[in-house]
Amino acid sequence: MDKRVLMRGNDAIAEAAIRSGCRYYFGYPITPQNELTAYMAKRMPEVGGTFIQAESEIAAINMVYGAAAAGQRAMTSSSGPGISLKQEGISYLAGAELPCFYASVVRGGPGLGNIAPAQSDYFQSTRGGGHGDYRVIVLAPNSVQEMANLTMLGFHLADKYRNPAMVLADAILGQMLEPMEFKTPQFSPLPPKDWAVGNMEARPPRLISSLFLGEGKLEKHNLELKEKYEKIQAEEMRWEGFMLDDAQVALVAYGTCARIARGAVIQGRAQGVKIGLCCPITLWPFPSEFVGQLSKNVRNILVVEMSLGQMVEDVRLAVNGRCEVQLYGRTGGGIPTVEEILERVSRL
Amino acid sequence: MAKVFRKPASFKDVSTNYCPGCGHGIIQRIVAEVVDEMGIRERTIGFPPVGCAIYLDLYLDFDMVQPAHGRTPAVATGLKRVLPDHIILGYEGDGGLTAIGTAEVIHAANRSENITIIFVNNAVYGMTGGQMAPTTLISQKTATTPLGRDLKRDGYPLRLCELLATLDGSAYLIRTAVSSPANVRKTKKAIRRAIEVQMEGLGFSMVEVLSPCPINWGLTPVEAMKWIDEKMIPYFPLGEFKSPNSRG
Ligand SMILES: Cc1ncc(C[n+]2csc(CCOP(=O)(O)OP(=O)(O)O)c2C)c(N)n1
Ligand code: SF4
Ligand SMILES: [Mg+2]
Repeated sequence: MDKRVLMRGNDAIAEAAIRSGCRYYFGYPITPQNELTAYMAKRMPEVGGTFIQAESEIAAINMVYGAAAAGQRAMTSSSGPGISLKQEGISYLAGAELPCFYASVVRGGPGLGNIAPAQSDYFQSTRGGGHGDYRVIVLAPNSVQEMANLTMLGFHLADKYRNPAMVLADAILGQMLEPMEFKTPQFSPLPPKDWAVGNMEARPPRLISSLFLGEGKLEKHNLELKEKYEKIQAEEMRWEGFMLDDAQVALVAYGTCARIARGAVIQGRAQGVKIGLCCPITLWPFPSEFVGQLSKNVRNILVVEMSLGQMVEDVRLAVNGRCEVQLYGRTGGGIPTVEEILERVSRL
Repeated sequence: MAKVFRKPASFKDVSTNYCPGCGHGIIQRIVAEVVDEMGIRERTIGFPPVGCAIYLDLYLDFDMVQPAHGRTPAVATGLKRVLPDHIILGYEGDGGLTAIGTAEVIHAANRSENITIIFVNNAVYGMTGGQMAPTTLISQKTATTPLGRDLKRDGYPLRLCELLATLDGSAYLIRTAVSSPANVRKTKKAIRRAIEVQMEGLGFSMVEVLSPCPINWGLTPVEAMKWIDEKMIPYFPLGEFKSPNSRG
């Protein structure tokens, strides 16, 4: 069996992708995810895979589109500025129902921003950013172990639903070294890729396309996509709760903020504060039912984000006015501390 | 009576929806003939472009993947890496290849990707209503150059074959036209050669075809063919710009 190893977050995503059977990586350098690209450059040839440093993020995501159309597991990775460029391709992948996986290791924005950790690309990830009525499965790890686990899950869900899936991390998770273990997940069997192009002998031609011009055709297609998205919402919501049973105040946080918030819960409890943590793992589908349920039991919810308020909107939608929802957000590389969080809690 | 002229098997049993005198139908028929003659239909993958040929899949009877506007060379790269024994046959206009997708085609050629691109140069954006393309001639009137393309404002018509010929990665580059039966035959020969170059693994190949768009040129189909010979060819000379034999 695999043993525990010390891994960097970015490397863990790359190695987990290889272990998920991904043999096609197309990327373009950008901090803070460069280790991932470099890892793939070294590892892909070792496993007989393909690594291409593309001329741009636009080209990289379109190479993913090509490899995915041929039925192979393919991926790319980037950070906010590069994901902005990939959004065109992601919209086409979603429209053509091609499975693919990508990772976004978030840095500060807008614009060139900086290269410090941030969570300001929550909207970019969960709301698309590309054009059209589409959704992407967004998975949010909060440890190096989860970087690997959720990458494997991402590839599986992408194939299961013929949809792009992504891991949303940040510069801290990308750079962090932690002991972890590559586990072989037990996933349910996947449907055959009987839509992929190539090797056309003995069957009619296939078309991979996101174009639906005839009257009513696009509406029909989009309604089918909606049905799929509803299935994903019904079956794939994931979250973790920590010390929520008797909590009067619930923190809601993902990624690096979830780690810090966990520290705040432990310290707060030691001081007698009835506090707990809800940590969404799927940001889309957002675990609204759980958060909605939570709002019936607690007095206050404090959302902790490294942005000036993005996930808080999903929390407010889920809570629907049933309790107070406040935000503690840092931005541009600012990282919330345990003390700051507890100070905010004391003022609720 | 023996049939001497018939529809190629790789061309579906439909009529095209192009304007009268359009070059797209001629070029696609040539592609179908070449694919038939080479016996590669089951291993060929086409790319309906964003442009007037957007319905390529309705006419050509093999697998197709539709990329975003201009991204065909990148999508083709991804596919070729998965299916190296397949014939990857891109098809794009001047908008796709010399404007929005310039980076993708330059780098596919520079990586020496074993793919073939059919480049339909009709000196306008046909699909969106005849706007200026980078290949629009100086003084040519289009929807966005109502007084004619102005050198100072719009720059020079872009010659893609010549540009790609400077790259070591390009293997076969040729410009042809469909303005006469002789030119149609040369175009067919060129497309066949480009596919052979791909099958031999020699690198990137592209056939640029000067093609009429009578509607947007404001000409009759016959006048449009003449316009290619008299106006386009002097600026876009026909011929080979790179071939595996001519590589230094
Ligand atoms: C990103 C993007 N920008 C613009 C368009 C609109 N558009 C569709 S076709 C086209 C130009 C087509 O011209 P060309 O590539 O020369 O093909 P033709 O129709 O002349 O054969 C444009 C600009 C688009 N579909 N996508
Ligand atoms: S607009 Fe021009 S390119 Fe388009 S179908 Fe008509 S003639 Fe052909
Ligand atoms: Mg054109």
